[in-house]
Amino acid sequence: MLVSLPVSLEEAFDAFERCPDAQLLAGGTDFMVEVNFALRRPPAVVCLRKVEELKGWRLEGSELVLGAGLTYTELMAPRLSDLVPGLVQASRTVGSPQIRNAGTLGGNLGTASPAGDSLPVLAALDAKIVVASKQGRRSLELDDLIVGPKRTTLGPGEVIVEVRVPAALGSQEFLKVGTRNAMVIAVANVALVVDWEGHSVRCALGSVGPVVIRARDAEELISSRIDWAGRTLPGDRDLAEFTALVRSAARPIDDHRSTADYRRHAVGVCAERALERVFANHNGETLERTSWAS
Amino acid sequence: MGELIDYQLCVNGREHDVVDSWLGESLLYVLRERLGLPGSKNACEQGECGSCSVLMDGKLVCSCMVLAASAVGADIVTVEGLSAGENDLSDVQAAFLAEGGVQCGFCTPGFVVSVHDLLEHNPDPTELEIREAVSGNLCRCTGYGRILAAVQAAQETRRR
Repeated sequence: MLVSLPVSLEEAFDAFERCPDAQLLAGGTDFMVEVNFALRRPPAVVCLRKVEELKGWRLEGSELVLGAGLTYTELMAPRLSDLVPGLVQASRTVGSPQIRNAGTLGGNLGTASPAGDSLPVLAALDAKIVVASKQGRRSLELDDLIVGPKRTTLGPGEVIVEVRVPAALGSQEFLKVGTRNAMVIAVANVALVVDWEGHSVRCALGSVGPVVIRARDAEELISSRIDWAGRTLPGDRDLAEFTALVRSAARPIDDHRSTADYRRHAVGVCAERALERVFANHNGETLERTSWAS
Repeated sequence: MGELIDYQLCVNGREHDVVDSWLGESLLYVLRERLGLPGSKNACEQGECGSCSVLMDGKLVCSCMVLAASAVGADIVTVEGLSAGENDLSDVQAAFLAEGGVQCGFCTPGFVVSVHDLLEHNPDPTELEIREAVSGNLCRCTGYGRILAAVQAAQETRRR
């Protein structure tokens, strides 16, 4: 079968065995662009849309297990807004309703675009990605899976099965810069998580390097300057230092979507704004939002 | 081209045979070139413009982003399947005509499918919800004002 539609992982693995050079198809929103523009000519395709094990999500203790086949629309479910708000925010910024109905979490990982909108959130949450093949399963950190622009360590016949993140960890924000609120590939995107119990801030930057970057120095600095008992941010000078460290963590390039300078500037603004929003929301204040979507 | 494949697609409630198809053909291509359903329009071929919008198992998608052979077993509805017959208009299509939401007309089928999907799931959308629902459909003629008016008119008709 040149195009197979397995309904289980076992069937998917069998399809690969029969057709080892088959390519994996999830939501198709990246795959089909390449096919339509004759940049990809798959000799055979294994379609994942019916694979049962990739659907849905569940709680396992304090861990949230997200099926790789979840579409962005499914990720925007109200219940998930409590469990993984950053990912819900990120999902809402992806493409359009049409794209969000098709594109999947596993597809975002497998495509491994530096601009993938779910990726900074997963990095900030220290997500574990579970991949499987006929030979068995393994669990990977994001930076062990995605090692370069559109480059992953997935082996032949290996399928991304699920993503594991801590459920309802602290406060989360996702911000994205683009030319409009819809149908935009990120010029820069930032995910920020404030862990109130662990007294730490985690900040991941997308579209400003070959892979998602954790701004570790910035995280460490701001985590040490926050008044955790009073739940207040430090003064402007400390915030400026945080922003500067975020900017220096970025490794942006000039391309058709933006300039490196602008991207570096933008991640700083986004990270600082995300931090301020988290603290304002947490303390019941309402910050004026400049737009309804971001 | 590699080997050719045969399969069946269920479009607008009817099974259609697709014969000697290259495996990489998009659903949009198959609808237009093989099944004689040219209502879905081909423009960007990268999911940007929404002109090829269809419903697949009740979900709004760009048919250019669907591998046709992967849609086997899915229930596909195109703009041709939204009205009662070839000479009939759906309420949304009628509203687009009445409100002047059509200029060159190229984007219209995609908008009509998106608006059907919106009103199906959210019969009483706010203006922002309408704007978000059609954010994946591009129109270069109207400036969207007339389209927005058409959606609100269809909404009003259904409310009555």
